[in-house]
Amino acid sequence: MAHTNKTIDRRSFLKVSSLTGGGLLLNFSWLAGHAMGAESLTELPNEWFELNSYIKIATNGNITLYSANPEFGSNVKTAMPMIVAEELDVDWKNVTVEQADFYPKRYSRQFTGGSQGIRQGWKPLRTAGATARQLLVLAAAQQWNVPAGEITTENGMLLHKNSGKSIGYGAVASLASTLPIPQDIKLKTTDRFKIIGTSKKNVDLEKIITGKPLFGMDYKTEGMLYAMIVNPPAFGKKFKSLDAASVKSMPGIIDVFPIKIMNDSYKRNFFDTATFIEMVAIVGKSTWEVMKAKKAIKVEWENAPETTYEMAGRPGQSIKQTIPAGLESSTDHKKIMETYTKNPGTVLRKDGNPEEAFQKAHKILERTYTCPFLAHNTMEPVNCYADVKADKAVIYGPTQAPEFIVGTIADILGMPKENIQINLARMGGGFGLRAYSHHMVEAAVISQKAKAPIKLIYSREDDMTYGIYRPAYSATFRAALDEKNQLLAFHVKAGGIPESPLHQNRFPAGAIDNYLAESWEHKSNITIGAFRAPRSNFMASSEQSFLDELAETMGKDPIAFRLELLDRAAKNPVGKNNDYDAKRYAGVLELVREKSGWNSSDKSKHRGVSAYFCHNSYVAQVVDTRISNNKLEVEKVYAAVDCGIVVNPDASINMGEGAIVDGIGNALFGEFPFENGVALKNNFNNYRMIRMKEAPKSIEVHFVKNEIDPTGLGEPLFPPIFAALANSLYKLTGKRFYEQPYLPQLTKQNIQI
Amino acid sequence: MPVFKLKVNGKEYSVDVDAATPILWVLRDHLNLIGSKYGCGVGSCGACTIHFNGNAIRSCQIPVSAASSATITTIEGLSEKGDHPLQKAWAEHDVPQCGYCQAGQIMTAAALLKKNPKPTDKEIDDAMNGNLCRCGTYVRVKAAIQKASKTI
Repeated sequence: MAHTNKTIDRRSFLKVSSLTGGGLLLNFSWLAGHAMGAESLTELPNEWFELNSYIKIATNGNITLYSANPEFGSNVKTAMPMIVAEELDVDWKNVTVEQADFYPKRYSRQFTGGSQGIRQGWKPLRTAGATARQLLVLAAAQQWNVPAGEITTENGMLLHKNSGKSIGYGAVASLASTLPIPQDIKLKTTDRFKIIGTSKKNVDLEKIITGKPLFGMDYKTEGMLYAMIVNPPAFGKKFKSLDAASVKSMPGIIDVFPIKIMNDSYKRNFFDTATFIEMVAIVGKSTWEVMKAKKAIKVEWENAPETTYEMAGRPGQSIKQTIPAGLESSTDHKKIMETYTKNPGTVLRKDGNPEEAFQKAHKILERTYTCPFLAHNTMEPVNCYADVKADKAVIYGPTQAPEFIVGTIADILGMPKENIQINLARMGGGFGLRAYSHHMVEAAVISQKAKAPIKLIYSREDDMTYGIYRPAYSATFRAALDEKNQLLAFHVKAGGIPESPLHQNRFPAGAIDNYLAESWEHKSNITIGAFRAPRSNFMASSEQSFLDELAETMGKDPIAFRLELLDRAAKNPVGKNNDYDAKRYAGVLELVREKSGWNSSDKSKHRGVSAYFCHNSYVAQVVDTRISNNKLEVEKVYAAVDCGIVVNPDASINMGEGAIVDGIGNALFGEFPFENGVALKNNFNNYRMIRMKEAPKSIEVHFVKNEIDPTGLGEPLFPPIFAALANSLYKLTGKRFYEQPYLPQLTKQNIQI
Repeated sequence: MPVFKLKVNGKEYSVDVDAATPILWVLRDHLNLIGSKYGCGVGSCGACTIHFNGNAIRSCQIPVSAASSATITTIEGLSEKGDHPLQKAWAEHDVPQCGYCQAGQIMTAAALLKKNPKPTDKEIDDAMNGNLCRCGTYVRVKAAIQKASKTI
C-alpha cells in the first residue's frame, strides 16, 4: 500500500490526513476502455502513490487525477484536471480522470454551480499540481544526490541536464510521497502552458457515445428495488391519507407508505428548498410495475395552510420563512405584477436626483418586460440510489451540491453526517436544479423504511411538476431625455414572484448621473431555485431590450450607444459600487462588432445586439434572423466572451453554443403556467423545447485573449441572447418583444416557427 | 406473467414480464442494457431511441409483446468497438455536454444514414427533430452527422 504522510501541514488546503477510505482500494475496471488514444494505460501498475487529494501516480508513470466537483455537462471533469496536469507537467494522454466522491475532509467546495468551478479551482488546483511536481523533483534530487534546483521536468519525466540522468515520475513516486510538503511553490508563467489553452476531449466521451453506465439513472446493485413518489397534485396542497390497498396487491409491488423528509424541528439551510415535505412512496421490483401502481394509487390530499419554518442564517441566527396558503394561477400572477409595477418599490440605489430629472424631461421612454416561470427540464429526470442500513447510508445520485444536503439526510435518518456517504454520479444536466437535492433525502427515507437498497426514479411528469422553477419576473425601465434627446436619468423597477431579479449595481448603473433602482417581491408557494444565470437571465433580457429601444429613440447605433455609456463609466464612474469593469465590458462589444462585421454589414440583415456582465465574465452577442421558407430562422449568432484565460477552448465553445441554443429556446417557447396551483404542462409533448430545426444555423464564439485568471463560462452566454434575439426580431418584424416567450407575438404576426 | 423472447444486439433473451412493459424498461431493468435512456415516457424526447427492424423507434412506446419477432439494436450493439462512423464523428466533434441524450441522437442518426447516406441539411433536421438535447448541442450533432456522411 502507499505511504501515508503524517507531516503534512493540516492548515494547508492539501488535505491529506490519512489514506483510509476508498482512495487506495484500487479498482482497475475503469481502465478498460478508458479515454481514447490512451494506449499507455493498458499496462497495470504495481502500486499507486497519492501525492495529494487530487493526484495519484503509479509506479509505471500512469497518472490518476481526481475531479472533486460534480459534473453536469459543463466539462469541469475534464477542465479542472487539465489545470492540475498542467502544473504537474505530465502528458495528458497518460492521465486518467476519476470522479471523486463527496469527501469534505479532503476537498473544499465540491459544488458545481454559479459558474465558479474553474474560477475558484484555478489557484488550488494549480498549487496541487505544482506541489506534487516539486515533491517529485525533491525525491529525484535525493535519489541522485544533486541539488533540486538543477532538476527540470517535462511530460512526466525528471531530467538532470549536467549528468544526463532522467527518470519517470513513477520511479520516484514512492519516495516523493514520504517527503514533507514543500513551501513556496512556484506556479508556471502562462507562456509555459502546454495543456491549458489546448482543446482536450471530454474524459467521459467514449462512455457516453457507447452507452456505458455513467448516470444515477443507470446505477444498480444486487437486490435493489425501484421506488417512485406520488406528490400532491398542486402547489398549495398537502398529503391527507393513503389507501394502501389500492396498489399493494398489484404485481411486483413490495410496499407503499407515506414519507416525511424533514422533521418539524429541523432548521433548513438555503438549499433546503423542498416543495412537498410529505408524499407517498411506492416500492416494487421493476420500474414499470411501480409506474403502473402510481397510476392506480388512491391518495387523498387537502389544502395546505400557511406554514412557517426556521431557516439557518449566520451562525447562531435563524430567519423565519413563511409559505402562503392558496392555489395560485399565472393569470393572477400577471395582475399582481402589474400592480407592483405601478406602486413604489424598495429603493436599492439612487444616484443624483432622478425624480427632478424625470420632472423636467422633454421625453420619457417607459417599457415593461415580463417573463414566466420556467422548468429546468434536465434530460435525466430526478433519481437517486440509496442503501440505508442501521449505521451507514450510501447515497449515489445526481447533485450539484452534496454539502448542502448531507445535513438534511443526517437529521431525518437520525445518523451522524460521518456515516453518510454520498457518491457523485455524472448528471444528465443540472442548470441549477440539482443544487437542491431533496430527491436524496426522499431516497434515503424510502430505503430506511423499506429496509432495502432502492433507486428512486421520478417520471418526467414528476420531474417537471415538483417545483424549483425560474421565477416569474417583471421589470419596468424609464429613461428621461431632454429636448436634444440626451439621456438625463434612468430608472429601473424590478421584482418577481417570489424573488426580485434586480442587480442594482450593474450596468448601466455607474454610467448615468441620475439613476434609481427599485425592487419588490411577492410571496408564493410555488418553489423556485437557481436557473442558469438566475436573475441575470431576465435582467439581461429586459435591460438590453430597453437599451436597444432607447438607442433607437436617441437616434444612436446600439453598439455605439452602449460604448458611450461604458466610456463614461470607465472614465468618470457615478457611485462607488459598480460591480463591472467598464473596459472589459466595452471589449466584448468591440470584439463582437468586429467579428460580426457590424459596421460594414449588409443592411438587409436583421441584426440585434446585446451585452451583459454576470458570473465575473463579459459577453456580447449579435443575432441575425430571417424568414426562410415562410418560417423564422436564426441564421447566425456571433458571441464575444471575456472570461479570462480559457482552459479548454473547444469545450468552452461547445458550452457557449449550448447556452445560446438554450436561451433562444427559452426566449421563443419557455413558459410554465399554473391554474389553481396545478402545473398546466407536465411533459415534452406539451412543454415546447427548442429542437434542431429551430437552432441557429451557425454559431461563432470568440474569446478575448488575455492573461486574466479564468472566470465563469457556464452561465454568462445565456442571459444576453434573449435580448439579442428580441432586438433582431424587431428588425425582422417591426415589433418590439416585451413578453417572454416570444412565440405568441410571432404567431400573431403570422410568423411560424 | 408470460415469457417473451427478444433478440437484442444479436443475442437471444427471455424475459418474464407484464405484456405491456415498454421495451425501454425491459432493456434497462431486466437486460442491464442501460444505454437507452428514459427521458419522457411519451415518445417526445428520443432519449430511448433504438433500432427496431432497422427503423429508429422510441423504445418507451413499444410494448415487449410486440417485439418477439423483431431484431433490436441498442447503442451498445451499434458497433463492436464503438467505432461506427457516427461514433467516430461524435468523438471528433466532441459533441456531448451532459451526455444523457446522446445515445438516442446517435441511434436516430445511424438509422437515417443507413437509409440515406447523403442527407441534405433539411433531411437531417427532419430526422433529428424528435431528439431533444437540453444542453443545446444541435449544431455539433448536425456537424457530426455531416462528417460521418462523408466517410460512408
